[in-house]
Amino acid sequence: MSSDFSPLSQDLGPAPANPRPTNILAVTSGKGGVGKTFVSANLAAALARAGRKVLVLDADLGLANLDVVLNLFPKITLHDVFTGKSKLADAILPAPGGFSVLLAGSGMVEYSRMTPEIRDQLQSVVDAVTPLYDHVLLDTGAGISDVVLYTVSLAGEVLVVATPEPTSLTDAYATIKVLATTQGRRRIGLLVNQTRKPGEGRQVRMQLQHVVDRYVNPTLSSPLRLDLVGEVPLDSAVRDAVLRRQLLLEAMPGTPASVAILAAAEKLLVH
Amino acid sequence: MDRHTATLQKDTPALQLEQALQLLGASGRLPPLGERGSAGYLQDLINALVDLSSRDALTGLANRRAFDVALEREIDRVARSGEPALLLTLDIDHFKRVNDSFGHNAGDQVIKAVATALLDSVRPMDLVARVGGEEFAIILPNCAAAFGETVAERVRRRVERMPVQVGPGQQITVSVSIGGAFAPQWVRSTPKLWVERADQQLYRAKAQGRNLVLLEPTAVSVVSSEEKRLLFDSFQFQDHD
Repeated sequence: MSSDFSPLSQDLGPAPANPRPTNILAVTSGKGGVGKTFVSANLAAALARAGRKVLVLDADLGLANLDVVLNLFPKITLHDVFTGKSKLADAILPAPGGFSVLLAGSGMVEYSRMTPEIRDQLQSVVDAVTPLYDHVLLDTGAGISDVVLYTVSLAGEVLVVATPEPTSLTDAYATIKVLATTQGRRRIGLLVNQTRKPGEGRQVRMQLQHVVDRYVNPTLSSPLRLDLVGEVPLDSAVRDAVLRRQLLLEAMPGTPASVAILAAAEKLLVH
Repeated sequence: MDRHTATLQKDTPALQLEQALQLLGASGRLPPLGERGSAGYLQDLINALVDLSSRDALTGLANRRAFDVALEREIDRVARSGEPALLLTLDIDHFKRVNDSFGHNAGDQVIKAVATALLDSVRPMDLVARVGGEEFAIILPNCAAAFGETVAERVRRRVERMPVQVGPGQQITVSVSIGGAFAPQWVRSTPKLWVERADQQLYRAKAQGRNLVLLEPTAVSVVSSEEKRLLFDSFQFQDHD
């Protein structure tokens, strides 16, 4: 490279302070069906147990299922808030784990694609609730659609949920790559779900970091680091809790997966 | 404080007006129309001064100041409308050699010629700016991802094929390296990050031999087969029950 080449970005000065509130955590996954909503709900319960005021916002607007996981049948949902039928405060419900939820409800298929209206509505809802809670968890949809990327962009922190399977790993990697390049993320949390042997979470993190170091970090101005927030072992108790539509932490405390979720919440609180 | 600075700060309004008119004259612009001091005259004067302070003196392209303003506005627009927008950053290859071999006057001719080539290869709605010595940037609003490569390649070829007169009977050709990145749709990003992403591609284009266009891969083609291979390499997946 010739010495007389000085890129434009060099003299733009320091990047402005991250405007994204750090008490907002986006929980995303790339691939669906890896237990993202299960993790969001139980992490929220664990944080609530630690004395924090927590809200989970079901941002999977197209295919919401936080209500199913929590066995709630809300009369008022985000849909009613968006359409102006209800006030935001009336749509916030207490969930079994001692935290609050804002459910998308069904019938929001029209929100699966981004429009300026959804953008504004989602933004104003998030702006309104953020100062009221210690933690706001945004349970996003699967994939890397513009709705998901937009939702994640509202959060100061990101947690990617993955399982140790090739398809999940690939999609988690794609998500991480897109967030690092287009949103300038330099730290992304990783929670490995359904691990089959101890240390598998660490192994998944290392493998992802290895590929990031090779293919993503050379294209960034400063490197992206993946933090292992937790590894949750494959545990039949999880299946039982989901089938009973109860929180794992409530229904089966002390089981390996339950203990792992508590440890992950503790790690989040330290950060 | 030297005399010049003192003059700039303490001149009477009449002298300031004289200076403004001189600056406009020096840039080849006509003086404002209408009666001196009238509302129409002052508006004309403001318009001319705004134009003057937004343009690069050598090329007439948007200058760095105007570019920064336009970039900020485009980021806002993309975040609100979700329309795709492309930013290209360009750098003349081996420009130092032109200056060293043919003199600074030749360097200026090259910069002017490249500026014209850039303007000629994009749409009127696109903003072409000179942002540094031999560095340029182009903001292309409402540019679909599928066309990014085409337009950037058109710019590169146009410059490559253009002969530049640098002295009596002396013609040379130059090339540009081009990096590009699309603004993240809907997501409120920062000008700094957008420029950084385009610059990263420009770095790569320079490192890969110059006279080259490299755009940041779009989300569709985000994971290559090599990346997949490395991702699964040495990782023992357990059999599923």
